[in-house]
Amino acid sequence: MVTARRARPIRVLVAKPGLDGHDRGAKVMVRALRDAGMEVIYTGLFQTPEMIARAAADEDVDVVGLSILSGAHNVLVPRVVEELRKMEMHDVLVVVGGTIPEADVPALKAAGVAAVFGPGTPLPEAIDFIRTHAPAREDEA
Amino acid sequence: MSALIERFLAGDRRALARLLSHVENRTELGRRAVREAFARTGRAHVVGVTGPPGAGKSTLTNALIRELRSRGRTVGVLAIDPSSAVTGGATLGDRIRMMENHTDAGVYIRSMATRGQMGGLSLAATGAIHLLDAFGFDIVLVETVGVGQDEVDVADTADTTLLIQVPGLGDSIQTIKAGIMEIADILVVNKADRPDARQLVRDLRNMLLLGEPLPGGWDIPIVETIATEGSGIARLVDKLDEHRAWLAAGGRRRARIERRLVREVALLARERFDQWVAARLGSEQFAAAREALVNRQADPGTVASQLVGGVLDAVDPAESRR
Repeated sequence: MVTARRARPIRVLVAKPGLDGHDRGAKVMVRALRDAGMEVIYTGLFQTPEMIARAAADEDVDVVGLSILSGAHNVLVPRVVEELRKMEMHDVLVVVGGTIPEADVPALKAAGVAAVFGPGTPLPEAIDFIRTHAPAREDEA
Repeated sequence: MSALIERFLAGDRRALARLLSHVENRTELGRRAVREAFARTGRAHVVGVTGPPGAGKSTLTNALIRELRSRGRTVGVLAIDPSSAVTGGATLGDRIRMMENHTDAGVYIRSMATRGQMGGLSLAATGAIHLLDAFGFDIVLVETVGVGQDEVDVADTADTTLLIQVPGLGDSIQTIKAGIMEIADILVVNKADRPDARQLVRDLRNMLLLGEPLPGGWDIPIVETIATEGSGIARLVDKLDEHRAWLAAGGRRRARIERRLVREVALLARERFDQWVAARLGSEQFAAAREALVNRQADPGTVASQLVGGVLDAVDPAESRR
């Protein structure tokens, strides 16, 4: 993929699927991505996969970041990806952050996740990944 | 016509989302989309929701969505938050308060960053409102950034402007200052369960009484709400409808629409001109002028005249010398 200079900010949806109520990590990411020049839509807590996909589609984001600390990632993440496909969000970049055991990463990637950022991931690493992998689009002026 | 625009005109929600991005990114396809859609606009009741940060604009917008949906009306929402002047990034957090409407096809919510535009809206807001209007939403709610005293652009964009006030932000003098207080068609006192809400309502009422009532004029109502509980929202929607009916009578809406569209033309023309100015100023042929500025050999006013004088002279010699 050619990384042309972007004429517009990358749009990111940061969402907390499922039933965990801890969003400090999500807020740290929202802040870091904002400071990296991105437009970040935060949905708040307790979102269903359908809610996340609808928000991602309506907001026409380039990236969906899921923050999960509940341990339910193996169920929730593939469901979010499936709902995104239903919404014709085929090229959206999906990344996951949170307490994800190493052993679960291959299955999440097979389900369509581009990267998994575990605890201790340096923020610049996550930002750089998003910046280089966010899909290029034809509406870049 | 582009496939995306055709899908949009056929009512495809994904196409609406994509075209809103084009409008926001100021692309040629975005301009074409507004052009193709424009004949279908003018039906929606465009309602501006403005007020200081934390007054409850998003929560009130969410409560309005719920009430409007219960009356069978479809709602498009444009929620605007500020972009960072430093990095260009933005946190768009209005949607958090509106997630309960997630699966309702009669509601469409779009967050937008100001991208450097002052005045409480983004440059793309008017184009985005046209698309939401043409898509067929009965009401388009436009939530501005949190505003202070002077961000009044929304009044030139909406049919009806709601100004949300909350108790505790100042004394009665604040209510008679020029600026934001002048643009309200409906005054909303949110968080009306707070102890000093009664005082705010009294101050606002007194402020309204200080003015001369105009014959046939709109009587600005004060609506007390508790947006988190939905209290007062039914009355607020009634007032929205009354204002729309008032506008419709006697050609008042036509006058507002004309003013609004003419202003939009001016904004878009200025956008093109700004881009031209920026490109010229940064160009190689202007390097000498930049050097002269820094060396204090030419003052900014003179350089500005050199920059635009030639262009304006070509159009209207008298105009450029003013």
